[in-house]
Amino acid sequence: MRNALPVLTVLIAILAIWYVAVAPMNIRVALDQAQRAGAVLQPETALERQEVSVWSLMLRNSAQIGQTYAMERPRLPTPGQVATELWSTTGEMALNGRAMSKRSLIYHGWITLQSTLWGFALGTALGILGAVAIVYSRVVNMSLMPWAIISQTVPIVALAPMIIVVSSQLGIQDRAVPKAIISAYLCYFPVLVGMVKGLRSPAHAQLDLLKTYNASGFQAFLKLRLPASVPYLFTSLKVGIAAALVGTIVGELPTGAISGLGARILIGDQFGTPLAIWAALVAAAVLAGVLVTLLDIAQRVTLRRMGMAP
Amino acid sequence: MRTNGGSDLIRDLAATQYCCQQEKTDVTIQPAINAPVISAKGLDLTFQTGDGPVHALRDVSLDIGKGDFVSFIGPSGCGKTTFLRVMADLEQPTAGQITVNGTSPEAARKARAYGYVFQAAGLYPWRTIGGNIRLPLEIMGYDRADQDARVARVLDLVELGGFEKKYPWQLSGGMQQRASIARALAFDADILLMDEPFGALDEIVRDHLNEQLLKLWDRTDKTICFVTHSIPEAVYLSTKIVVMSPRPGRITDVIDSPLPRVRPLEIRDTPEFLEIAHRVREGLRAGHAYDD
Repeated sequence: MRNALPVLTVLIAILAIWYVAVAPMNIRVALDQAQRAGAVLQPETALERQEVSVWSLMLRNSAQIGQTYAMERPRLPTPGQVATELWSTTGEMALNGRAMSKRSLIYHGWITLQSTLWGFALGTALGILGAVAIVYSRVVNMSLMPWAIISQTVPIVALAPMIIVVSSQLGIQDRAVPKAIISAYLCYFPVLVGMVKGLRSPAHAQLDLLKTYNASGFQAFLKLRLPASVPYLFTSLKVGIAAALVGTIVGELPTGAISGLGARILIGDQFGTPLAIWAALVAAAVLAGVLVTLLDIAQRVTLRRMGMAP
Repeated sequence: MRTNGGSDLIRDLAATQYCCQQEKTDVTIQPAINAPVISAKGLDLTFQTGDGPVHALRDVSLDIGKGDFVSFIGPSGCGKTTFLRVMADLEQPTAGQITVNGTSPEAARKARAYGYVFQAAGLYPWRTIGGNIRLPLEIMGYDRADQDARVARVLDLVELGGFEKKYPWQLSGGMQQRASIARALAFDADILLMDEPFGALDEIVRDHLNEQLLKLWDRTDKTICFVTHSIPEAVYLSTKIVVMSPRPGRITDVIDSPLPRVRPLEIRDTPEFLEIAHRVREGLRAGHAYDD
């Protein structure tokens, strides 16, 4: 309970900054609408208002500020508006038995989650295998590691359409496949780097000790390197699953996909419904938070069972 | 002659003579049994480093008999740890011969002829104390029942009975080091190689562990090679003290201790003990002389 106060303080501060920012972000659009409704403004035309800062617009038209918090299509919605939109596309629909409707964020979140988990599994497997190869072979270390680093310098938004084109050329109809590949592409790297560090973490004396037992390389891997890398693995997995989710959402943007949180964001942009974009963004953040928390619990349980945490 | 320096000299001479007599009687009583367990002849080891070659060992020759407790003492860089690592086949000499149990160090290592104790206990944090002691037994393929029996036996030997299920972080530093000694004892190697095992522990714990180690040595009749840089520790524990000095790493003195096998801690206040300690100190000082 003692931790609740600082956590709440930060939360309230974020919400306060958000709330305060709504007025200046929306004032121009709000004034344009008010003008069309026949209100008298300072300055009178939209063209003249272009030359005036949002602050002075707010000062001169303070009667219209209330409007900025109740717009149908705000530049920046209030936290309350986002929460309402989120509830009406998730909880409310679920209560009405329409959780898997095409308008429900639960449905779109589920589509995104599936690809994320496939990408996460694929990326984690590749990352671990790559790390083992890098740790055990100097040649692989010198030939693979630079490419792994280069792979992460290519912007994923540039690469994602190419992966989609290539996979459709190969006759893969299922949209989930290229999405999972893009997701794995972002996810494998933190796992690879973390596992290389983890597998190399045993001290020299530890390896010498196994040598005095005349242990085989495989025994050294199984009994020393692998268990020693577990704490590193979990740290990497937490970064990896967040990256996998980002990869999936980016993969949903340019595909013309109609389902998934990324598709919701794109559609919201195209149809000029910022509330839908914000709701999808928050849903993605909540999903990431849940996934990372689950991994954190798995880490605690595993380390406790291994005896490495009290 | 009756000045302070002179009396030191006489005492040293007396001690040397005493040692030599001991050696002679040993040889006459048991000539065949004393075939050396470890025998080094003209060992050289040079490390190539960025700053040029480092002579870690130069012309090192030594015989260690069965049941000996041999301490290697000297300042940092004198090659005492390197020598121990050569015995363990963890370093390769650049010249000279060394045999362990009559074979090469590599063959001895593969035959699991020795247990090695490092300065850090190096227990696996994800294994219990019992699990850590079981580690070499699992690797060497002992069956489960045999493992259990051995773990119980060596835990008793280092007085850690009842701690089998505890994790390393639940034990003090001294207890962890005892567990690591138990791990080295578990597979019944005749030789125990110990590299400053008590170096990181405080004086009181160290005294206690020294006493326990002596009892253990007396009960098990193992040959122990023990690296240290504490003079009292070396003199208290050893039947043979090897004094080494650096640049190049070499043996400057080998002292056969006249102290009896059974040694209470109070033996460290006896004149015999102080005499040997004095000779070790002189040896260390001589090794340092042309360094300053």
